[in-house]
Amino acid sequence: MKLKQLEGYLGEVAGFKDPKVQLEQYPTTAHLAARVLYTAETTYGDIEGRAVVDLGCGCGMLSVAAAMMGASSVVGVDVDSDALEIAQDNIDEFEVGEVVELIQANLCHASAGNASLALDQPLVSRMTAKFDTAILNPPFGTKPGNKGIDTLFLQAACAMATGAVYSLHKTSTREFLIKKAESWGFRCEVLAELKFDVPMMYKFHRKKSVDIEVDLLRLEPNNK
Amino acid sequence: MRLITHNMLTCHVKNCEDPDKQFPLRFKDAKLEQIEAERNDEFLVRMLPRLDWAALLITANELNIALPEKVPAQPENDDAFLQALHTAILETHVQEGSMVCNGCGHEYKITKGIPNMLLAEHEI
Repeated sequence: MKLKQLEGYLGEVAGFKDPKVQLEQYPTTAHLAARVLYTAETTYGDIEGRAVVDLGCGCGMLSVAAAMMGASSVVGVDVDSDALEIAQDNIDEFEVGEVVELIQANLCHASAGNASLALDQPLVSRMTAKFDTAILNPPFGTKPGNKGIDTLFLQAACAMATGAVYSLHKTSTREFLIKKAESWGFRCEVLAELKFDVPMMYKFHRKKSVDIEVDLLRLEPNNK
Repeated sequence: MRLITHNMLTCHVKNCEDPDKQFPLRFKDAKLEQIEAERNDEFLVRMLPRLDWAALLITANELNIALPEKVPAQPENDDAFLQALHTAILETHVQEGSMVCNGCGHEYKITKGIPNMLLAEHEI
């Protein structure tokens, strides 16, 4: 499938009806999703015939895109029932239910003593190394109590995928994440620098929209 | 939810740690649906080592799904085996019901094919 074609189809993917501030629910645009999946497959061969996991799938944009680029199996994980309902509608509309399924789960929880976030180890361990590729547009951790959630999602992705991880993160965290990746045994490449135009979706946004500098990262295990 | 995914879901309630009891989760009132999917042998052979075969057998038996006890030495050449595997893990969907932990008894509901792994605060 050509890039323009993919982007055209993905333009029909339904977004959040009532996005939840605390969960940082911003839609992944068709433009971005198309480019991530198109690159992942045509440059790196990471999608066709692969088992893909989408962490924090929201309305399922990346998952549907992965299915359209030929993934053999896609699992989308999200904490929010409302988002998953929309994701399932999208899966049905695009008739990719043969390939894409969803799990409702929280990958993180506040760790007992210090109220900072930690991964749900038992949950993640059982999913470790079960996938070839992880694709994610994780929450950035800008909301109270969520600091570090972006790193945790990336860590979970690296545990689950044996081949490659594609993830979006604030450019300001780039050096930190490259070091983290190294500590997990992964090399990390910045595939693209983007600007997220976050529209005035929430009441507290004073400007019409805000530009956030975002990196599209590709991580690969060093032993590959 | 297909069985390939059920094979990677475990009970994660606080202090529920007996690996023999917390996994696999036992189905209760499971409503199954067979949905045909295109078979990809390369994919099946690659996924095979990632499956917990013993757990898959337990689950298949629970649901009366045919699955050979032993994985053949050369699965890539065994069409009957691959077909049985494909049907079991990729075409068998659990649409409703729940998954029960044999250790702590916690029930994870499945609604419209989506398993709910969320826990209450005291369970985390």
